[in-house]
Amino acid sequence: MSEIRELARRIAGEASGNEQIEVVVASGSDTNVTAYQGSVEKFTSATSAGFSIRVLLDGPSGARIGTASTGALDDESVAEALAQARDNARFATEDEFLAFARPDGVAAPEIDLVSPHFDALSTADKIEMALELERATRAGDGRIRQVQAATYVDYRSASVIVSSLGIDVETAETGAYLSVAAIAHENGENQSGYGLSVGRAGSELSVETAARDAIRRSTEMLGAVKAPSTRTTAVFDSRTASELLSIISSALSGDMVVRGRSFFAGRVGEKVAADAFTLVDDPTDIRHFAASPVDGEGLASRRNALITDGTLTGFVYDTVSARRAGTASTGNALRGGVTGCRALQLLPGTDDFDAIIRQVGEGIVVRSLRGVHSGVNPISGDFSVGITGRMIRDGQLAEPVREVTIASSLQKMLLDVVAIGNDIEWLPGLAAGQTIAISDITVTGS
Amino acid sequence: MATDLLLEPDVIDAVLAVAVANGADFAEIFVEDTRSTTTTMDQRRVEDLMSNRSRGAGVRVIVGSTTGYAHTADLSLAGLLAAAEAARSVAQRQSGGATVVAVGAAQVHAMRAEIEPSSVDRARRIEVLRAADDIARSHGGAISQVQLSIADNSRRILVANSLGLLSTDHQVRSRLNVSCVASGDTGMQTGRATLAATAGFELFAPERVAETANNAARQAITKMSARPAPSGDFPIVLANGFGGVLFHEACGHGLEADAIVKKTSIYADRVGELVASELVTLVDDGTCDGEWGAIAIDDEGAPASRNVLIENGVLTDYMWDYVRATQEGRASSGNGRRQTYQDLPMVRMTNTFLETRDATPDQIIADTPYGVYVAALGGGQVDTSTGDFVFGMTEAYLIENGEITAPLREANLVGNGPDVLARVDAVANDFAMAPGTCGKWGQQVPVGSGQPTMRLTGMTVGGTAA
Repeated sequence: MSEIRELARRIAGEASGNEQIEVVVASGSDTNVTAYQGSVEKFTSATSAGFSIRVLLDGPSGARIGTASTGALDDESVAEALAQARDNARFATEDEFLAFARPDGVAAPEIDLVSPHFDALSTADKIEMALELERATRAGDGRIRQVQAATYVDYRSASVIVSSLGIDVETAETGAYLSVAAIAHENGENQSGYGLSVGRAGSELSVETAARDAIRRSTEMLGAVKAPSTRTTAVFDSRTASELLSIISSALSGDMVVRGRSFFAGRVGEKVAADAFTLVDDPTDIRHFAASPVDGEGLASRRNALITDGTLTGFVYDTVSARRAGTASTGNALRGGVTGCRALQLLPGTDDFDAIIRQVGEGIVVRSLRGVHSGVNPISGDFSVGITGRMIRDGQLAEPVREVTIASSLQKMLLDVVAIGNDIEWLPGLAAGQTIAISDITVTGS
Repeated sequence: MATDLLLEPDVIDAVLAVAVANGADFAEIFVEDTRSTTTTMDQRRVEDLMSNRSRGAGVRVIVGSTTGYAHTADLSLAGLLAAAEAARSVAQRQSGGATVVAVGAAQVHAMRAEIEPSSVDRARRIEVLRAADDIARSHGGAISQVQLSIADNSRRILVANSLGLLSTDHQVRSRLNVSCVASGDTGMQTGRATLAATAGFELFAPERVAETANNAARQAITKMSARPAPSGDFPIVLANGFGGVLFHEACGHGLEADAIVKKTSIYADRVGELVASELVTLVDDGTCDGEWGAIAIDDEGAPASRNVLIENGVLTDYMWDYVRATQEGRASSGNGRRQTYQDLPMVRMTNTFLETRDATPDQIIADTPYGVYVAALGGGQVDTSTGDFVFGMTEAYLIENGEITAPLREANLVGNGPDVLARVDAVANDFAMAPGTCGKWGQQVPVGSGQPTMRLTGMTVGGTAA
């Protein structure tokens, strides 16, 4: 048994009387190398740990919960956190719906998130990969004037969740990525672009993929102008589509629904999106970088249909939001007492990016979104963001555009989806991405 | 008293000696012990009471243009020496490098809060939440939900380096957030307000709590009758306070020396040039007492200072951390900051603001035949290589015939930094600052933004109305 599991069991075992204890312990290590102008600019090698504890007190009108966390696993730090969590719980309001998860008999999927090749690269190999990423990005196109940072990162992490109600799980994962930020320059003008390659181990990464991505995204924006103001079809590429799905997901959280903070509340069974739109949350799919066998409360991950053929089919819940809604957890507790989608994917359509551009004929391709945290309100559905991208004319990519906003509402955008690509890209983060075309978007430029 | 130092001077000297042993030019140890609490209330229920403690140290070793970094939560001599060895692995020189100057007497910067958060009973925090909740709900039935949080953060840091520096700071911050949802025939609208300062529990004076709750409720109710924002280029009048985020995004990030030294900023090599309207004097000042970005020393031990970035439209200087300043043979401007001991410092803003001029806010509005009055802004985002930025209007109104009229729904503004700076054509005398959180390369730090009421001749409003 691992040391962190032993620690978690020991602390969870201190629950007494009307008290329940849930402990999450995480430990991990990571390496981070940044290359700049042919040498190592930064090299970080670190191990870190986290201990968080929730104490639940049962009372006459329901339960109360207090939380505490610390970054150190020594006895003194852990004991202090336990004492604080107990103290915090005493000040909360009793609530009949509060509860910790109980084992529900659903078996966790057997998915292995640890690459057997994780240790294949030496430190020198990792440094060389970062240096090579910078060289390849600079050499790949004469217009690349600067590489802000070329970075190699890998990490290994393990976590355990143990509670006095019988939850007792341990998970581990590895991951690695390359990222590069390039600046292209031509005729006195700069444009930036990011490239990425992601895997479960350094040996799975492709310098060429990341470099090519950054070069294309920066050089294609050279000569960008303001788009003409119009109402047209916007084609989100896999990266911006992934961001869009992440934004929509907040309205699918059962917690937001029961608190009356979702524009989807009370609409299960209704048509909320175009027929082609089928959205699932599936952390059991090993292809997804957010895959995990269990959720933040230690319950088994499961596949949950959210929108099927355009009809709203359900929401995602953790234990508490499910009790408020009169249903059962869907295995969607995130860490820190939050409920939400975990690994979104959209059912692929039949066409790739180029075919969708041809079908759309006239419109705008969205390559990057800016101001998402300020310009989108997942409660009201108001949507207004800055973008960069390319115009689409005669079914072809045309001039690059910048200093442009696109606006609509999330409710309307879902109904206005006219095409979904087959070009699914497994990206780090909440949602996989593929091309999505949405009609009747207000574009404001010149 | 030595025990107040987070780490004994002889331990510090031993760690620094190991850190430079492979021939490094510079070594530093940063120690942090931060305690924070958050208490949230939703629909009158006290829901989450959270306490966190983050304590550890980071060792930084610089050799030539390479930085090595390692951090640890183990503050024993053995733990720190292991971190020093990991950090120095980037240095492979057999000789040369720095000689460690033994650290001198510590420059201790005491906490400036009147009431340290850990001395405050949890029940008193809950009283503040209940008071704010009652005030927000007093605005009537349209307010269907009130969500609040009260948080505090008590951060002790120690910085020591191979140049003999030993300095400490104790930064205490407190914050109240009030978020209201108003519901009606037109759907749901939200209103948010924040009271935050580099201060202790004394911040939560009843009148300031009331003002915050009133603002959140009023904003949500006002937006219920909001019409879609227009789409196109319009004159913009920004209310005083958090409008300063415009300058934070439009040019602040582009004046950070990391982007300057790498020549990825449009403002590189432009000191002495006219880069803004002559009405623009922009300052970054870590010493503004009580403001959200206030510090006594930065996270490299450099004292906070007042730095004029743009004076009457002319670019005068950039913001500097130790690494960039050393590369350019000058002193740090006190802008080297990091989120926690797990992070490397980088160039960051502190409190960034536009200085006042003579106009009055009323004159500026009266002089605007048609435009958009922005009363509150959400966050923003900038691409420093192009200067293109966006920021969100969370409370805005039309200006018609020199008067503020209909409320508008949320929308983003987009613009280009240099372009917008040139379009400042009126600046008032009603200075105010507001708190914010700035994210850069994955690290979040507290910053202040400020400005008086001001007008831009035009900016693109991304609404949906024709």
